[in-house]
Amino acid sequence: MSVSATKKKPENADGSKGRSAGFQPASESRSAGFQPASESGNAGGSPASGGINAAPTSENVECAKEVECAKQVESAKQVETTKQVESTGNSGMTTKSATKNIVQKIWDAHVVKQMEGHPCVFAIDLMLLHEVTSAQAFQLIESRNIQVFDPSRLLATIDHSTPTRQNRWEIYDEAARTQVETLRNNCKKHNIPFLDFDSGKQGIVHVVGPELGVTQPGMTIVCGDSHTSTHGAFGALAFGVGTSEVAHVMATGCLLQKQPHSMKVEFKGRFRKGVYAKDAILKLIGEIGVGGANGHVIEYVGEAVRAMSMEERMTVCNMSIECGARAGLIAPDETTFNYLKGRAHAPGAEKWDEAVAYWKSFASDENAQYDKVVTIDLDKLEPIVTWGTNPAQSVSLGERIPKLETMAANEKAVAVRALEYTKLKEQQVLEGTPVEWAFVGSCTNGRIEDLRIVADILKGRKVNPGVTMYVVPGSEAVMKRCQEEGLDEIFRAAGADFRMPGCSMCLAMNDDQVPPGKRCISSSNRNFVGRQGPDSITHLASPATVAASAIAGCITSPAEFLKEA
Amino acid sequence: MEKVTTVKSKAMPVPMKDVDTDLIIPAQFLTSISKDGYGQNLFRRLRDNDPNFPMNRKEFDGATILVTDSNFGCGSSREHAVWALTGAGFRVVIAKSFSDIFYNNSAKNALLLVVLEDKVVDQILQSSTNADYEVTVDLESQTVTLPDGSSHEFQYDQFRKHCMLNGLDDIEYIRSHAADIQDFRKRQEQQRFMSTRGA
Repeated sequence: MSVSATKKKPENADGSKGRSAGFQPASESRSAGFQPASESGNAGGSPASGGINAAPTSENVECAKEVECAKQVESAKQVETTKQVESTGNSGMTTKSATKNIVQKIWDAHVVKQMEGHPCVFAIDLMLLHEVTSAQAFQLIESRNIQVFDPSRLLATIDHSTPTRQNRWEIYDEAARTQVETLRNNCKKHNIPFLDFDSGKQGIVHVVGPELGVTQPGMTIVCGDSHTSTHGAFGALAFGVGTSEVAHVMATGCLLQKQPHSMKVEFKGRFRKGVYAKDAILKLIGEIGVGGANGHVIEYVGEAVRAMSMEERMTVCNMSIECGARAGLIAPDETTFNYLKGRAHAPGAEKWDEAVAYWKSFASDENAQYDKVVTIDLDKLEPIVTWGTNPAQSVSLGERIPKLETMAANEKAVAVRALEYTKLKEQQVLEGTPVEWAFVGSCTNGRIEDLRIVADILKGRKVNPGVTMYVVPGSEAVMKRCQEEGLDEIFRAAGADFRMPGCSMCLAMNDDQVPPGKRCISSSNRNFVGRQGPDSITHLASPATVAASAIAGCITSPAEFLKEA
Repeated sequence: MEKVTTVKSKAMPVPMKDVDTDLIIPAQFLTSISKDGYGQNLFRRLRDNDPNFPMNRKEFDGATILVTDSNFGCGSSREHAVWALTGAGFRVVIAKSFSDIFYNNSAKNALLLVVLEDKVVDQILQSSTNADYEVTVDLESQTVTLPDGSSHEFQYDQFRKHCMLNGLDDIEYIRSHAADIQDFRKRQEQQRFMSTRGA
């Protein structure tokens, strides 16, 4: 892997850089009381001169140099010198920034208002809602008597706190039941399309959006869920927001935003047998760390990305947040358009060509610049499994857990705690570690292609008697497809529990939990302490590795279970 | 939103890197439809697993400043993590860095996040194990003052600062641009290929 920071323009040649935008409550004008002071403030000298107080302009992205990406800011400050120089190329080519990358293009197309020194009023095209992060937002707008801005840009479903039993209408936990009923009622009251249990379309919010064709290139999409980055697979700028921002979008269709930095991640080469998109993204996270992309939006490029199906692209974009990225996206191409064509909410024949032309316009220009560039070589990549309590703590199945003494002091402290929790040791080989649970599902790997891979491996085999395996389709559409293709029979015959759609065991806020002290190999996205249940231990892996391990009863590479092509 | 002013308090140390939002408030406690009540389960897993975790120690009762390492608040977008901190009485978190979404969520709830240089944070993390160690954080002057008399400036977005000092939230600001929003949507209509109607 290589990482390089692309150098940036100086903030302001005239030295206006260090000025404070100095907000003063307006005495006479402007209803909300914001007014940038003209030229006052700490001119230079102050430690704040790193761009925090710089008045943003349309050409620079310095406004994104916020405290929120403090580490990147610091390192960027050290390298910020001249023009934007692509430092990875051996030509040392220098380009003026007339070219734009996809992040900049989508950004520019959604700026409603940018006042000097203020954050941007930024338009959001689609907001997805689920039961956990929306109730308080409805309360907020109702308390101020604000109408929902545009219900045709909202779509709601229930996924997090719902059971995956056959009878899902009966929710045992009272609070969870109330949460689901609250969203159902709120959607009715505010005329928001709601995918209920009997709609035939319910599922994990990040699985159903693409399936219905509401996720489209060039759009801005938010949801009160960090894995909203999934929708970036279609060339949309899609990111998770908190409940307050959910309310802002409900009320106005807009958010206050600062332009993010951009990062290019190139996946070079091709996957070997038994190695998948999940392994590629886990590799990236392992390389750059859980905060490695803070403050950035990642564009994934490269031969391997172009060869990926939409399902694989969604897996990659989904986990962008696990390295701290604001979002991750992939420029749309024929694979994207073919996926969208004919979907319920995709443009019809009469609008199709126009839409495709529009979508194509968002692709990054040739020689577009990025603030950071990372390259990952896939040719030698092996299946990756996590050993710790964050998604960056991972190894290839052939490797040993790293030696503690090779780590930086604060990394080491994290690793020591993680190993204590996961009951593993430095230098241990993960392969062969017994597992009691196996989970296939989640917004990361609960789509039809994932389930086909799992069925391929399980066909004619049995889940180890010591393992409880859940296979949870990401949506009702995925479930039906499984039934049509007979995958459900394969899962059952193998002894796996094929359940109803939902987030299930990914986050332990419904009935599906890994019991205390038990070890689970999981196709989900987070191995945080207690994520799958109090004192549960999670190993993140691809669906294929999960299936292989379920059969073997211990962490196992899928390679030997896969038929020769 | 509550106004943010000067906060003077003992600092409760959580000397951990990458504290994720599941550690701050586990998902099992997110089924409430209210913003209240999360404070009692703040850092639930850490409190349950470690009797010496500072929240289990009486001398840190009443602390309103939390000090931690880097990348605090990574993981899920749950604003409940912020509500858990404010619900438990915290007004300020000092760290080497924060994750993006958590940073945004905090600013919407009058929870002041302060980024200081690594060595200063390390110093506070070490010294604050003694609960007599009082730290003063002042947003107006953007400074953190330590018991040794040293004062450390921190950076803060001026727009956000104005909002925090005056207890303003974003909705009214965005709504003050209603005409611009309307114009924008009118222009954008030709390139709109998506509606959720009928879903």
